[in-house]
Amino acid sequence: MKFIDEFRRSELAKGLISQIHRRSRTPARFMEFCGGHTATIFRYGIRQVLPSNIEMVSGPGCPICVTANADLDKAIALAQIPEVIIATFGDMLKVPASHSSLQEVKADGADVRIVYSTMDALKIAEENPTESVVFLGIGFETTAPTIAASILQAEEGRIRNYYVLSLHKLCPPVIQAILDSGEVKLHGLICPGHVSAIIGSHPWEFIARDYGIPCVVSGFEPLDVLQCVDMLVAQIENGESKVEIAYRRGVRPEGNREALRLMGRVFEPCPAWWRGMGEVPDSGLKLRKEYQRFDAELAFDIDPGTAYEPKGCICGDILRGVKTPLDCRLFGRACTPEYPVGPCMVSSEGSCSAHYLYGGGFEG
Amino acid sequence: MCLAIPALIKSIEDKEAEAEIGGITRRISLWLTPEAEVGDYVLVHTGYAINVLDQEEAEETLKLLEEIAAAAEEGEG
Amino acid sequence: MKDKIIMAHGSGGKQAHELVEKSFVQALANPILAKLDDSAVFDFSGRLAFTTDSYVVSPIFFPGGDIGKLAVYGTVNDLAMSGAEPLYLSLSLIIEEGLPQSELEQIVDSIQKAAQEARVKIVTGDTKVVHRGSADKLFINTAGIGIIPEGIDISGSNARPGDKVLLSGPIGDHGIAVLSKREGLSFSTRLESDCAPLNSLVAEMLNASPNIHCLRDPTRGGLATTLNELARQSRASIRIEEEKVPVREEVLAACEMLGFDPLYVANEGRLVAIVGAEDAEKVLKAMQGNPYGKDAAIVGEVRAEHPGRVTMKTRLGSSRIIDMLVGDLLPRIC
Repeated sequence: MKFIDEFRRSELAKGLISQIHRRSRTPARFMEFCGGHTATIFRYGIRQVLPSNIEMVSGPGCPICVTANADLDKAIALAQIPEVIIATFGDMLKVPASHSSLQEVKADGADVRIVYSTMDALKIAEENPTESVVFLGIGFETTAPTIAASILQAEEGRIRNYYVLSLHKLCPPVIQAILDSGEVKLHGLICPGHVSAIIGSHPWEFIARDYGIPCVVSGFEPLDVLQCVDMLVAQIENGESKVEIAYRRGVRPEGNREALRLMGRVFEPCPAWWRGMGEVPDSGLKLRKEYQRFDAELAFDIDPGTAYEPKGCICGDILRGVKTPLDCRLFGRACTPEYPVGPCMVSSEGSCSAHYLYGGGFEG
Repeated sequence: MCLAIPALIKSIEDKEAEAEIGGITRRISLWLTPEAEVGDYVLVHTGYAINVLDQEEAEETLKLLEEIAAAAEEGEG
Repeated sequence: MKDKIIMAHGSGGKQAHELVEKSFVQALANPILAKLDDSAVFDFSGRLAFTTDSYVVSPIFFPGGDIGKLAVYGTVNDLAMSGAEPLYLSLSLIIEEGLPQSELEQIVDSIQKAAQEARVKIVTGDTKVVHRGSADKLFINTAGIGIIPEGIDISGSNARPGDKVLLSGPIGDHGIAVLSKREGLSFSTRLESDCAPLNSLVAEMLNASPNIHCLRDPTRGGLATTLNELARQSRASIRIEEEKVPVREEVLAACEMLGFDPLYVANEGRLVAIVGAEDAEKVLKAMQGNPYGKDAAIVGEVRAEHPGRVTMKTRLGSSRIIDMLVGDLLPRIC
């Protein structure tokens, strides 16, 4: 596969690993803030090949994991309305909400369909004119523009039975909240590559400027992550802190203007509740007034009930990077991929799931 | 957020395109990348092209990584 | 509605008999079935292998096959994995009311061809029709009997440290081919299911060496799940190398797009063999000489430490644990 295989070449990985070992002197803690990076790091055992003075910590980069139970409960409530067809990305199916999951209500008869794209959801809406299709809008700035485009497309095509539950989140505000909490001392940030493809690299500048933390925008292949670590190490050893793009084939400093324009046309920032962090201002997206007729929360009368957080679940702490899955007394016992208690164990890019499945830190 | 793959645009019809990766093809939306042309590689996330891939930058990056690898070998040799 | 299956076809009356005789007996022609007794009767001596399976795949027609072909080959393969020569199958259909008769005929035709290719006979069967909504078009249940040649002892618990792990061909073809037709996920591919009968392959492998300790076909749950089962049963560990596992480019591409790991994608015509190290090359050559094993490869080995664990050496040289599949493979965005 072009532009994938080349960035997995093991001989080039060896070169980067060698250079990192040679250059890295200062102990450093890097945080990756993207579930995709967490998965690459675990899948290729990247922790094992880095020098021992570099510590890798996972941040709240999995949009499912950071969605609060109160919001997940809304999705469940919508699924239980008889004429509603829920169209969702697969990530959402098994996530435990306060009392149930989409998988469970599906088994009870709710019409829940997994789609790869909102394009497929629009097709379901066209094919089922007497039902209402509600799309569960999760994800960060990579996904929000695609949902915005789907709404504009529904408007253009006069599709009247398509709705969106907007649970979208924005990355820079929450990174700021983590840094402000001062709970984790970071020396470098591995910035999300595809979020940055949309928003560009400028939104990360405040981190380098105001917090003195080096930032490098990284792609998702093993060579991309290794190159990113190498560039962070170089900044640290040179006493610099700036924003650099390692993922130059995918990211421009100004991002994707058209995507940002469409996103801004349909959505506006709003406060959002992040698991483990509480309410973070301007960190979520809601539909603008002109597009409110697509808003599932307004179109349907739902009572999600009171949100409930399971006892002993420290997903919140894990998402902030202050605890690791191994610190959780439920990890691997009451909470496993088969019977997850919290979302970090469900999404394959959640910290706990990655740890469990790939054996984080396993040698030999 | 994360899963986006580089696919080659084979044909364009209005705001959609046929894109191919590794021998499989899928209809994708160009709503976010109206500037994309046949022959471009685009990053596809949930069926939408989110950016046109910069092939020159890809070559540059690989060249850089090859230089690093060569230097590392020399260092060891 | 002469062209659709209706409840009456399952009720044991005239229409049911007509269906059985026209659609099944004629197509699957063999003397035992033609007798139409309540049970098939035949003589045996030796060790028997006996298996049962149900097939509920959706869609029932997919690139490279259909539920009928799958049912025959799946049963044949279960027998072959014990080293048995498959002989007789039972075939039980649960048909959803409203299934077009033409589709049923197509599937029976497919079953007949598959039985011929695998050299097995379908000697007894049953048909039931259920109300619309009670079955997803067609469910098939089978049972199979085969004879295990003398001196053959193949079992999932026989793997020993030092043994080599062989794989008969590229992984993931079936799962991805089926998925490409699923609503909400569709994409175009030339990929076809790898659905195939493995009994001739196994026979040739056994000819090459008696040192075959384990055989298993990695169906649902993929190669990863199968290796875990073997590691647990044998109380040993298995280590494979990422770069040695054959995967077609299209499978990799579809997995990249949907967020799957090919190690967990279903196969229907592949086998894993755990073979004594000294005979591994010989068995590999035998596999590569058979049409169903031409892309066979040695992908790993069995070790003593950490019994029950499966690990993989990544292309970076690091290690990761490969666990069993949990739940279903779900496409993801993140």
